[in-house]
Formats: sequence, structure tokens, C-alpha cells
Amino acid sequence: MEPIRIIKSKATPLDMANIDTDQIIPKQFLKLIQKTGYGKYLFYDWRFDKNGKLKPNFVLNDPKYQGREILVTRDNFGSGSSREHAVWALEDYGFKAIIAPSFADIFYSNCFKNGILPIKLNASDVEYLIRDADDEEIKIDLAVQEVLVAHKILHFQIDESRKKKLLEGLDDIDITLNMESQIAEYEKKKSTSDHMIFTWKIR
Amino acid sequence: MASKVAITANDYISAQLIIDKHMSETLFEKIWDSHVVGPGNESEQGPSLLYIDRHLIHEVTSPQAFAGLRAIGRTVRRPELTFATMDHNVPTDNRSLPIVDPISSLQIHRLEQNCKDFGITLFDVNSPDQGIVHIIAPELGITLPGTTIVCGDSHTSTHGAFGTIAFGIGTSEVEHVLATQCLWMDKPKTFAINIVGSPRNPRAVTAKDVILSLIRQIGTSGATSTVIEYRGETISKFSMEERMTICNMSIEAGARAGLIAPDRTTFEYIRGRRYAPQGEQFEKMVEFWEENLTTDPNAQFDESFILNVDHLAPQVSWGTNPSMVVDVTETIPFPADFAKGSENERKAAFRALDYMALEPGTPIVEIPIDRVFIGSCTNSRLGDLLEASIIAKGRKVSPNVRAMVVPGSQQVKREAERLGLDKIFKAAGFEWRESGCSMCLGMNPDILAPGERCASTSNRNFEGRQGTGGKTHLVSPVMAAAAAIEGHFVDIRDWL
Repeated sequence: MEPIRIIKSKATPLDMANIDTDQIIPKQFLKLIQKTGYGKYLFYDWRFDKNGKLKPNFVLNDPKYQGREILVTRDNFGSGSSREHAVWALEDYGFKAIIAPSFADIFYSNCFKNGILPIKLNASDVEYLIRDADDEEIKIDLAVQEVLVAHKILHFQIDESRKKKLLEGLDDIDITLNMESQIAEYEKKKSTSDHMIFTWKIR
Repeated sequence: MASKVAITANDYISAQLIIDKHMSETLFEKIWDSHVVGPGNESEQGPSLLYIDRHLIHEVTSPQAFAGLRAIGRTVRRPELTFATMDHNVPTDNRSLPIVDPISSLQIHRLEQNCKDFGITLFDVNSPDQGIVHIIAPELGITLPGTTIVCGDSHTSTHGAFGTIAFGIGTSEVEHVLATQCLWMDKPKTFAINIVGSPRNPRAVTAKDVILSLIRQIGTSGATSTVIEYRGETISKFSMEERMTICNMSIEAGARAGLIAPDRTTFEYIRGRRYAPQGEQFEKMVEFWEENLTTDPNAQFDESFILNVDHLAPQVSWGTNPSMVVDVTETIPFPADFAKGSENERKAAFRALDYMALEPGTPIVEIPIDRVFIGSCTNSRLGDLLEASIIAKGRKVSPNVRAMVVPGSQQVKREAERLGLDKIFKAAGFEWRESGCSMCLGMNPDILAPGERCASTSNRNFEGRQGTGGKTHLVSPVMAAAAAIEGHFVDIRDWL
């Protein structure tokens, strides 16, 4: 995974709360067996009409917002289905960071596995970014946990271990496989503990 | 060398605190703590590496995980702890024919190949045990109290009904579990939801109505980053099927998982199931479960909520998320009333009404229905079908409605057919289908046409969920069956 340190871009404002993963990527695009190429299906039913033509009133179709790498949106972004295809689509489309007051848990976790930085800012900062900072260049500095926009510095919180993984582009599975002795020890303990025997030996 | 150390008052207090802490844990904390592999300290900060006892996979969210393993030459650490089935995109009509959609077919064949190559038990499309992953795992005794279960599917919360920490994960995490049998998780907060009272007519006001009413009150992010423990007399009286319906929709309130302490009802459900402990081993496990899998009386939850269901009415969703719900006796709300002062909520309500093509003030019972779907991991178990069949018996589906019953599993289907439910449904004009997720998410050919309005026993009424441009109203099985008969919603309390 590519490390993330600094993201510089203007933002695309998606002024809606509770956007679910069914909207981010509708079910008809979940039948593929690879992780790539989902960008063209992002927000499909909002971007395209039934003939596959662009809907002019959807923000992602506005020429002004093309090529932007930051998405700013409202509460509870990514709710509903666990489909990681939602993150693959956002990433493939070109978004590197998503700013919202809150995220749904599974979606939030999926972002980190794919090099997308989800940033939680308070509702008034998000309101500012959506209403007033539409044309401002934004600089996100993950190392110091800051969003810099028009002389404002907005701090954000992020778990240290998650931050480290993004900054260094680390792979979760590699990290866990390095804990083999701890896993083996846990398995040994469990396999000899009386009440755990059954859950241990399934077949 | 032994040294004499005087025990001070402070030591005594510390020891007492440790005992108190031990004696005042929630069920969730007990199961969580017994599954933490690392990092090895008692730090409350940062994620823990959690051991996963059972891993369930299906055709849609697993292919990229196996591809990831293959790309680096990794293996599956404990293939005997993973179980696979095909449910999301399998057709529910004639199973003897090949799958028409070549892309769905590829996903299905890829799962077969992956299970074969990595030694994973698969209940394939022709297996007598095939079905929706969250229906078959409890049926087969794979779901057991006190364990951790994950699946690349948000409705994994269903299994919490057994006193199991069960939650949905993304595909990268599926790959992680396959490779390591572990998962990194932030410890969720605890949320006690006490459900008290008894609906006056429990045949007409069901577990589905209870959970819809709860989500209506706490909202779709009301339980984000928490594990809910459902407690109280109402829950104790519920069957395992009803408890699964409740836990299933925990995710619609944003919760990481839903949990119910196991009791006699749980143990009797598990007894004798194929992958569960048998005989003396089972009795031993029950003793252990009874002794350990409870929340201590003085345990503290991070949050709590009380829901009284004494006067609960059948619930019907009117909007495009599962908190947009009213009583069947109510009317479509006005956005300002719904929003309670929140501008974002007001805008969301306007948008939802526009999408759903509904006018504020319209009585729910006057909304005409085109389609009815009885199925999904929320409501496709034998009890659901049995209750719906009582409504259907001797009646006819409205000529304006196309209605479909999709049993959750082949086992449910066989049991239902043994009771003659298929004949009742077919005589009334319902389609009787093979098992799968079907029109809950419309990945297979079972979808709504644009503009069609559906009374559905599923769990999500998001825009386009059941088909692009389709309109979904979430209801209980008896409410759905009655809507099929009348062609519009009815207050099912008048029928039962």
C-alpha cells in the first residue's frame, strides 16, 4: 500500500447525511472478482440516468469539481452494507481523503485497508468546509493531524497505530504474521482449556 | 528466598478493586477479554488482536480475499474454522438450470475453486444445507455462545442472539482472518438496551416491529461503535428466531454487534445440531455457558436505553433509511415534524419523500403496493413463514400484486413444505422460491422494476436497494402477507 503523508487538493462537497454504501456502489457492480476498476460505478444511480447519461445536477458531475481528491460530507457516511467495493470505488475514482463528522464503523475500518484517509471533524468545521471553503485549496498533513484551509488549522484525532500504518504504508497481515508466537501461544492455551475444547476441535 | 512483606491497606484495596472489576463485567467484556491475543498489555488504547472462532464466507465478498492470499503465496491458517455458502447472487427459481448471468456464475465457480484449493467446507448451491449464511450457521450449530464470529457481511450481527460476538467485516479483513485467524479491532463501547413490556397482541406485533421501533427512536447511527446487549423480559420471552431478527438489525442502528445472553431457550435450540457439541460434551458446555455468559449485576454499560413495547403498533418504514418508520395507524410525516429541528434531517426527509413518491399526511393504510417480498436474513425462518402462511391461508393475493416467498435456507424450505406451507402460499397466489438473499438486495434476478413499490420483510429501505428506482417499505412477515392480499397496508391487529 502506498504511504499517505500530505494530501493537497480542493474538496468536493457532498451535502447529505447518512449516505449508505448501497449509494456509493449499487449492488449490480458487486459481481466482479477483482479490486480494481470500480471508479466508473461510484454513486452510479446518482451520477447516471437510466440511459447511462450524466445527471447534470449531481455534484460529482459538475465540471468545477473534477479531479478533486478530498470528499467532504455529513454524518454517518458509509452506513449499511460492509461492501469494501465502496472504498475501492472512491479510491479508484481518485479520492484520497474523506472528511465527515462521523463514519459508519465497517466503512471507516475499510478505508484504512486501502490507503484512504477518513477524517472526523466536528460538525461546524464540516459546515465551514461545505458552505464557505468550496474554492479553497486544502492541505491535509497526517503526521501532525491537521487540515489546513484558508489560514485555519483544523485538528483531527486518529488512532496512533492506524496513523502509523498509513504513514508507512504497512500491511496489516504482515504485522499480524509477525505476532505468530503470540497467536500460537493463545491457540495452545485454548486447545488445552477444558471448556474451550469443543470450539477448538470442530472436525 | 522468601521475604516478608506486610500487606498494607492499599494492597487490600487494590485486591478488592480487582475482585470488584472481575465481578462487574458485561457479557461483551467477558467474551472480548477471553479472545484478546495481543498486543500483550492491558492498554485500553488502540486496537486489540482478537482471535476469531468461526469465519463465514460467501461468493460476493470473498474472491478478492483469496486472490490476495494467492498473490503472495499465503495459506489459510485454520481452514476448518471457515464455512462457505452461496447466497447473495444465486437464482431462486429453477436450480436445475445453469445460472444465466455469466458474471454471477463466475463468482460462484470462483468460490467453489477457492474452497477446494484451501480445504474449506462449502455448502454449495445444490447442497441440502445451502441458504443465507446467517440462517444456515445457527441451523447447523456453527454459531455457539461465547465465541467470536465474523463474516464479510454486515448482518453478521444476527449471530449475537446466541451470546456470540459477531460482526461484519470488509474483504481485506476476510483476507486477514483467512491468513491469521485473527482480526484487529478497536474495543467497542457497551450499550444496554432494555426491552420491557409485552405487546397486547404478540401475533400481530412482532420482533420485527420491536427492532424497527427501536431504530426509529435511536436513529441509524444511534449505536455506532457500540455493542448492544439486548436485555429485559421481552427478550427473555422471545424465541431464538425472534432474537435473531432483533440482533440482525443492530447494524441498522449503526452498532458493531448486538448481543443477547444465552439461556435455556438458546441451549435447547443448539442441542443436537450438527456442528455443535454433542451428548456429555454438550451438557458440560451448557454448564460453562450458564455460569459464565451473563452480565454481572453491578456491571456498568457506557450507554443505556429503555424501550417499552406495551403499546407498540405494527411498524412500517416510509423513507429511505431504517429510522424513517411510523406506526401503521399513522400518516406519512411532514419533513419538519420528522426533523425535530435538524436541517440535515429535514432535507433528508424531503429527499426521501420525493424518492418514495409519497405525500405527507397520507395514511399508511392507503399506500398501494405492487410487490411483496417475504424473505432475507431478517425474516425468512420457519416461524416467519408459518405466521405469514396463517394470513395467506384461504385468501388470494390481490390481482395488482406480485408476491414472493423466499425461504432462508433449504432446511427452512423442507420444514415448511413438510408443514404444507408451500401449498398454502401457492394456493393464495404467492410464488414459492428456492433459498437465498434474493430481493433483499437484488443481486440475483429478483429485483423491483423502477417505480415499483414493495412491502418487504428485509432490513434496508435504501434508495435502489431492491432494484434501481424501486421503493421499499420494511414490515414484519404478517404485515407483508396482509399487504399482498389487500394490495395496500392493513393494521394486522384487526386480522389476528
